[in-house]
Amino acid sequence: MFLGRVIGTVVATQKVPGLDGVRMMLVQPITEAGVDLGGAVVAADTTQAGPGDVVHLTSSREAAVSLPEPFVPVDHAIIAIVDAVGDGLPPLASSWPAGDPAARGGVS
Amino acid sequence: MILGRVLEPVVSTIKHEELFARSVFVVEPIDADGTAAGATFLAVDHAQAGPGDQVLVLREGSGIRQVLGQPKSPIRCLIVGVVDAVHVSHDTPSQAAVAAKPGA
Repeated sequence: MFLGRVIGTVVATQKVPGLDGVRMMLVQPITEAGVDLGGAVVAADTTQAGPGDVVHLTSSREAAVSLPEPFVPVDHAIIAIVDAVGDGLPPLASSWPAGDPAARGGVS
Repeated sequence: MILGRVLEPVVSTIKHEELFARSVFVVEPIDADGTAAGATFLAVDHAQAGPGDQVLVLREGSGIRQVLGQPKSPIRCLIVGVVDAVHVSHDTPSQAAVAAKPGA
């Protein structure tokens, strides 16, 4: 499980029946310091997250079981919207400096 | 399971119902000697761990669903123990040395 920043939405009209009504978001995985970690993934959303939100992602089989219909072809899911990490500033995407963890409130 | 060090808590209000009343931490994988060994990840606490603790982390979803008794839990990394000590035996012969021993 890891942190991510929602960077967009994905719209697909034609999809596997079990995915009807499931919101898909484009999410960039990040470290606790806000630094990008690899490429963006498409994640099913269970929390009504929106672009700019920092979220808690799960992956693999556990992503599918987080959804109302657990036997669906989904490999990443958003299972929480993150309010804060450590005692640092709220991890809002625009105000979260990349790189040095000390720069966002002294937590290393 | 792997050894890890708990770094800091992750606070969420809106979350999946299987995460209600559970603590989530940023965890850093570590070697037996305590040095960082890889990218950090998020783990749910099931052992009353806190920041700074060395912990045992289970990273296998179906095992976690058994431990929690929740067949629909989306948790993929679970802290299942707080480590008191790790002892590494450096004088254990390697597999190669055992295989090379005459008459073995």
